[in-house]
Amino acid sequence: MLYREAGQFKTSYAADQQIFPILQDRIGIGLIAVLALGVLPLFATEYMTTTILIPFLVMSIAAIGLNILTGYAGQLSLGTGGFMATGAFAAYKLSTMFPDLNIVFVFLGSGVITAFVGVMFGIPSLRIKGFYLAVATLAAQFFLLWLFNKVPWFTNYSSSGVISAPPRAIFGDIMVTGSSAHYTAKYLFLLVFVGLLALAAKNLTRCHLGRAWMAIRDMDIAAEIIGIKPLQTKLSAFAISSFYCGIAGAAWGFIYTGSVEPLAFSIEISFKVLFMVIIGGLGSILGSFFGAAFMVLLPVILTNAPHLLGLNIPVDMISHLEYMIFGALIIFFLIVEPHGLARLWQIGKEKLRLWPFPY
Amino acid sequence: MSSSAVNPVSGSDAFTADGRHKIGGVILSVQNISLSFGGVRALTNISFDVREHEVLAIIGPNGAGKSSMLNVINGFYHPQEGKVFHKGQERKRMRPYMAARAGIARTFQNIALFKGMSALDNIMTGRNTLMKSGLLAQAFYLGRARKEETAHREFCEKIIDFLEIEAVRKTPVGRLPYGLQKRVELGRALAAQPEILLLDEPMAGMNLEEKEDMCRFILDVNKEFGTTIVLIEHDMGVVMDISDRVVVLDYGRKLADGTPDEVRANQDVIDAYLGGGH
Ligand SMILES: Nc1ncnc2c1ncn2[C@@H]1O[C@H](COP(=O)(O)OP(=O)(O)OP(=O)(O)O)[C@@H](O)[C@H]1O
Ligand SMILES: [Mg+2]
Repeated sequence: MLYREAGQFKTSYAADQQIFPILQDRIGIGLIAVLALGVLPLFATEYMTTTILIPFLVMSIAAIGLNILTGYAGQLSLGTGGFMATGAFAAYKLSTMFPDLNIVFVFLGSGVITAFVGVMFGIPSLRIKGFYLAVATLAAQFFLLWLFNKVPWFTNYSSSGVISAPPRAIFGDIMVTGSSAHYTAKYLFLLVFVGLLALAAKNLTRCHLGRAWMAIRDMDIAAEIIGIKPLQTKLSAFAISSFYCGIAGAAWGFIYTGSVEPLAFSIEISFKVLFMVIIGGLGSILGSFFGAAFMVLLPVILTNAPHLLGLNIPVDMISHLEYMIFGALIIFFLIVEPHGLARLWQIGKEKLRLWPFPY
Repeated sequence: MSSSAVNPVSGSDAFTADGRHKIGGVILSVQNISLSFGGVRALTNISFDVREHEVLAIIGPNGAGKSSMLNVINGFYHPQEGKVFHKGQERKRMRPYMAARAGIARTFQNIALFKGMSALDNIMTGRNTLMKSGLLAQAFYLGRARKEETAHREFCEKIIDFLEIEAVRKTPVGRLPYGLQKRVELGRALAAQPEILLLDEPMAGMNLEEKEDMCRFILDVNKEFGTTIVLIEHDMGVVMDISDRVVVLDYGRKLADGTPDEVRANQDVIDAYLGGGH
């Protein structure tokens, strides 16, 4: 079947306002869902699930979070790591203080707590923009990590400063966190979470809240003059974005690594998530997935490809190579295609829509 | 003030013979406004009234303070002296978004669209203040959010039809030619269903045909919805054609205020502006 819009006339605005108005896109999404939910869990090995699929899903949530703030609302942030740490420690405190609380609510609760923290650090955004705001969010990054390091209450007075995810189950007995959880159960649990979070993000960005964010991003003065309240709108972006980053942090600590210390969420993570958003595409939910996939897959490919090709590259060389490739790509995307891989994907689809005719 | 001014749709005497809403009482009044930036006096002791349903033009040479006047009206600039009365109430110092919520919309001399968004989304954003669905309803596109989106979309589509921009509704506005961007900006202002519409040089930089279209849109808006219009325009032909009253500014002072014919006959205006080799 050709990729065509033609012939699919929309008879109502409601139909035109679907997330995926084109039939082939809907089929594509359905296929991906079947693949991710049904096929991958059957074939993915433990190595593949724990080193590729799960980190990919965790980073996708963080990338969506930062994309809402930076890509949609135009507020540059380097505090992502700090917010993820907040989510991880909030989840730890919630699940140890309330051992009977369902893990789903632990995750959502940690997102809500992080949202409040995000709003607090978003207040300066009313006065400062761009580079200066980025510096202010750096303060959040360093302050939060310092806090979790210094105050033993956050780690329940663990001497090492490391927190370990307590074992928690869903549907009564299916373990999804802790060392006894099966990797497939973890993966599926996370997948459903990510699916719903991505759907919610996509919906928010196409409703009035999302338009307010984009209006502030594109021209804040004009936005205010047509009635959009700048402070509320910016703070809502900080809140929702931090909610996602918080859940990403909780998922990192509870599902990906199983135990975590504040250092895991250093400034390096903040930059990595920012790179994912830039490479994937600013202002695109789909792009957040592209960026996360790229960031997770590149090191794996760089580690394995030389081996397969019979080359022998030292390990430290590989990690240098990783940084060089990221650096080059970021410069490329910032200069040539600020909308990232998502835009390239869209251009590809537009070409396909017209194929085989050049016009 | 007659009752028809307050309630324009009651009774047949609310309309003129050619179907326009009859010009009513004072809806907005600026009194003794003075505004300066550092040492620069942009406005000096300006007073005039805007009447309900009229088309009022503000004219004057470059730097006369016309744009500044609009910025005072919608709360973007705060004058050092003078008062603004809106619907008989003295206006407190306020933020620009409050003017929008009180029914005052505007367009800008240098187009101020949201470049990354489509024409449709720009116009939809003009209705943002009317949308009420909550966070969860939006996140899961539940009943209320879905209904609201569809209803407001229908309204915006009417504006799109009216402004004849159907073909570009999904195009990011940054890619549109200048004339169409001006139309989209008018559409975004109209989407809020304002009572007062402030237009800062809506026809600047347009060719004759585009100007005629724009004049038609402005007059139609005034006629159909009774929207009060305050516009800044340099083209005297256009001003004389479409406005009910004209306020003339020069170096931040008001030179004249009256019907196009009165203003055209005013000696000060002839000396300073019309006859001044402009
Ligand atoms: N934000 C500002 N800061 C400093 N000076 C300003 C500002 N806005 C306007 N002015 C000054 O106020 C005076 C009036 O400017 P304004 O833009 O209102 O004129 P105008 O009549 O709209 O002119 P034009 O026809 O060129 O648009 C000018 O001298 C201008 O430099
Ligand atoms: Mg001006």
